[in-house]
Amino acid sequence: MIEEPFASGSSFLHRRDPRIKLIGAACISLVLALSTSFLTAVTGCILTGFLLILSQPNPKRIVQRILGVNVFTLFLLITLPFTYGSNEATSWFHFSQDGLRMATLIALKSNAILFCFLALLATSSTVSLGHSLEKLGMPRKLTFLLLFSYRQLFIIHQEYKRLQRAALLRGFIPKNSLHTYRTYSHLFAMTLVKSWNRAERVQQAMLLRGFNGRLIPLNQPQPTQADYSLLILLLLLSLILAGLSFFPLPL
Amino acid sequence: MSKTPLLELRNISYSYPGHTSSLLNGINLQIDNEHIGLIGSNGCGKTTLLQIIMGLIQVDTGEILLDGTVLEQEKDFRNLRRKLGFLFQNSDDQLFSPTVLEDVAFGPLNHGLKSDDAKEISIATLEQLGLKNFEDRITHKLSGGEKKLVALATILSMQPQLLLLDEPSNNLDPATRERLIEILRELNLAHIIISHDLDFLASTCSKLYTLSDGKLVRCEDKQVHSHEHIHPYGNHPHQHGE
Repeated sequence: MIEEPFASGSSFLHRRDPRIKLIGAACISLVLALSTSFLTAVTGCILTGFLLILSQPNPKRIVQRILGVNVFTLFLLITLPFTYGSNEATSWFHFSQDGLRMATLIALKSNAILFCFLALLATSSTVSLGHSLEKLGMPRKLTFLLLFSYRQLFIIHQEYKRLQRAALLRGFIPKNSLHTYRTYSHLFAMTLVKSWNRAERVQQAMLLRGFNGRLIPLNQPQPTQADYSLLILLLLLSLILAGLSFFPLPL
Repeated sequence: MSKTPLLELRNISYSYPGHTSSLLNGINLQIDNEHIGLIGSNGCGKTTLLQIIMGLIQVDTGEILLDGTVLEQEKDFRNLRRKLGFLFQNSDDQLFSPTVLEDVAFGPLNHGLKSDDAKEISIATLEQLGLKNFEDRITHKLSGGEKKLVALATILSMQPQLLLLDEPSNNLDPATRERLIEILRELNLAHIIISHDLDFLASTCSKLYTLSDGKLVRCEDKQVHSHEHIHPYGNHPHQHGE
């Protein structure tokens, strides 16, 4: 199974209906993604940061996650000022403030959206998010695809690992040689064939147990008062962020 | 006049696509409340026969009757699958939900039970099999023996009238194997068990059949037992000369 390190927990946000969290996360991230204002980005970062703290994540793991994403933003911070916009400094050295501003804005916005997703979506399991998406009107086939790809990816990976181990145990050492490439192509092809066969057997198992195209979730919670309060709060938050976009910060 | 049997196979024949020789050749069988054991060498068509019964494979000729009605279309087999439970050889193929409870409740939910009822039935089934407090365990992290029992639970929660078990005692440790025998005896449901484990069959079945050359042959009573052989074919079902 793919690990979901933040999905188990008992914080206020963990206990909320995934549908509410999906709607909230969609609104907030849409506003943040479309905004070009620093005020929105900074406020967004702070507010979603509060949400993140509210979800009581494991501090070490959350820092790892955030750092992971910021490797990309760091890359932008390093390259954009020297490549983007017009040259404002000397002629031999290209440096643009526009580029720096753009890179900072992107970094702030992506972190705000990341916080929002970590606080709202990562606190539900993929399975319950899938079912919630269906209840929110996503086509049944897409839900089914999402849930099953999620479940089967792990199995396919396991199948591949097993084959790889079998090869290693028979003295296979990957090198830059035709033999290595041929072996890997056999491994990939065999994984494909085995996964196919396995998928067929799983499908039979489902058919025998009355499956008719719809995955029925076992737990179908109804939104509570607290859920609706959170929805209002999140919608208000996105409205505020959207409103802030109209106040340009004197930078 | 005898009453209509639950399941009847009439003259079932099947050959693999592209093969000229037939794998199954005119199989006839009636099951109502019997405990049937099926033995035969690897590749002789035992699993195929069970798949045919469940409607997973289309036969070349022959009829399958459930409660005296001939089954023809997929729709008819859907009805059959409510009454017959099939335990796969490999439990990994049978368990596909993240948690044990979700997997056991999958069948009841598909049959239109409400969430709470499905949960109740699933927990009761797990308890019946001695798997109390297994509900939230992750299916792929179970041991081989636990997987087999949970797979059995996923079938029993659908409350079948006849069980088809494909080599259920394979790779089980002696304790789990004993437990499975006990469970099957307590359930006292009609069943067909495929196995190479003659002792297992002797303690769970009252009638034994073997498949040879595509034919179903009834084994003589009281002859099936396992014993040591010094020749290499001791593992295969066989008869001794007088």
